[in-house]
Amino acid sequence: MSPSGSPNTVKARVSVLPESARRISVAIIGAGHAGLAVSRRLTERSIEHVVLERGEVANSWRTERWDSLRLLTPNWQSQLPGMGYDGDEPDGFMTMPEVVDFISTYAETISAPVHSSTTVTRLSAGVGAGVGAGAGGYAVETNRGCWTCEAVVIASGGSNIANVPSLASEVPESIETVTPMTYRSPERLNDRGVLVVGASATGVQLADEILRSGRDVTISVGEHVRMPRVYRGRDVFWWMDAAGISDERHTDIDDLVRARNLPSPQLIGTPDRRSIDLNALTDRGVKMVGRLGRISDGRAQFAGSLANVCVMGDLKMNRLLQSFDDWATATDLDISDPPHRFDPTRLPSTPCLELDLVASGIGTIVWATGYRPDYSWLDVPVLDRKGRISHDGGIVRDAPGLYVTGLNVLRRRRSSFINGAAHDSEEISNHLARHLATTHA
Amino acid sequence: MTMTNSPVNNGVNTEALLGARDALSQAPEAADFVWKAECKWIDGTYSETTLDGFSGLGQDHNHPTPHTFGMDHPECFASQDRGATPPEALLAALAGCLTAGVASVAQHRGIQLRSVTANVEGKMNVLGILGADPDIRNGFTDVAVTFDIDADATPEELQALVAQSQKRSAVYDMVTNPTNVTVGVA
Repeated sequence: MSPSGSPNTVKARVSVLPESARRISVAIIGAGHAGLAVSRRLTERSIEHVVLERGEVANSWRTERWDSLRLLTPNWQSQLPGMGYDGDEPDGFMTMPEVVDFISTYAETISAPVHSSTTVTRLSAGVGAGVGAGAGGYAVETNRGCWTCEAVVIASGGSNIANVPSLASEVPESIETVTPMTYRSPERLNDRGVLVVGASATGVQLADEILRSGRDVTISVGEHVRMPRVYRGRDVFWWMDAAGISDERHTDIDDLVRARNLPSPQLIGTPDRRSIDLNALTDRGVKMVGRLGRISDGRAQFAGSLANVCVMGDLKMNRLLQSFDDWATATDLDISDPPHRFDPTRLPSTPCLELDLVASGIGTIVWATGYRPDYSWLDVPVLDRKGRISHDGGIVRDAPGLYVTGLNVLRRRRSSFINGAAHDSEEISNHLARHLATTHA
Repeated sequence: MTMTNSPVNNGVNTEALLGARDALSQAPEAADFVWKAECKWIDGTYSETTLDGFSGLGQDHNHPTPHTFGMDHPECFASQDRGATPPEALLAALAGCLTAGVASVAQHRGIQLRSVTANVEGKMNVLGILGADPDIRNGFTDVAVTFDIDADATPEELQALVAQSQKRSAVYDMVTNPTNVTVGVA
């Protein structure tokens, strides 16, 4: 990939950059809420920077989401440094156009130096970047020329590519497959039944709306995170905020790898603030099966561990609710609704272990099996064996001046939420400012 | 989580296990193990299986002394019942795996165990293995494990203990998920 058609630029470990390469202190990659929050912090510190955006501001929200999606977090939580939600529906949930509008307004409000339609094709470390190798520095190559800079903040997010399991190659040809990034609405599916693989927020939301469209829906359920939308009259995120759970630091979390890889909770943001757990789905006719283990000769096999994953989901939810109750008691919270528990997940008496996909009427499979980041452009050796950036709270290991933000539980449980960017951007910018001061010294 | 003043001792070295997890995360190739069994036909439906060598952590290992057990079919199948049936051995493997998990997780969570008993039942219609009905599968249709645990813990903690032991169990995974099996002739 040869940026800006420069004949001098080769894709190699050490590249010779065109003389036209521009110098800037900091490049932020990605103009979503996380990258823009860092931009605001750098502006506060008068640190010269650019925000490089492959599309437009809030690009993923514009182009990679299904039609009905709303934020999982209530409006009052949409707080970024320098701007917060000020509408008249604090308990509502933003639609995608509203999210795009919110983030775009933010970019204008903070006068973020966004370079749109600028796709980063390669990020490499200092050598040849016009900055002494000893001092570090990075070269950012894009389709619109090159930048050299002393620090880079990767804010391209953790959900660039939809995971599709390798067994997808065994799906019979007559069945269509979609990912949450290509799915838009039930009307665009064929009329046959739908197998939704995965029971995160995405899986349960799509199972719900596809069922409402009149299609038969089967949902394949592995480990999942069950939560009620509202508990004792308050939103579950209100509780997590108030009880301090959302602010739990990455350094205080027992099993950080697990916390960072948890599926998103089974929640949906709707005006009626309804819950969307597995009981809500199966009560209306969704068929529940275990984790998809294999497809062979057109027959899908599901794990016999459905009971255990549901029991674990119930136990963990109850522990969470207990922590809310304990906090409410300890702080003498003025709340009238008493503590209560929700029905355990109702299991099929004889779970389906094998399904002839075509014969049982499945016409579409939705892979709601998570996302992963795309670092194909990242030419700095900072990825671990799982392809994740090795970092401590967003400070990339063994790469001074390189930062990552906007990932799950980056520095706190709330890190990947819109209001997670407020604290994280402050701390990462502090570290970055110290780094710049050191390299200038 | 139950907190006790006296240190919990279920005889499980969880520090070593956690240390191994950290060490193997850094050297994932050492985490590749191969488990082996050698089964010799003796007579009729009776066979003896010896478990001796296995490999892992980048080298070959042997049990201090080889473990041997016989398997047979019961008298009601016109055999001599000189050993457990293979499906029973599978139930034993499942119960043994889950029970080891209960002890380990209890140790990690600070729960002192006094007694643990797992009762396992596997339902099977033998028309399948007899080839009398093609619609009936050979194997178990349902397996139920019931734990009876005496420990310093609440019912919820015991439920969580048993749930976590399933989550971390090799045999539970093999029984509940499809596994690729090849059988050839040397």
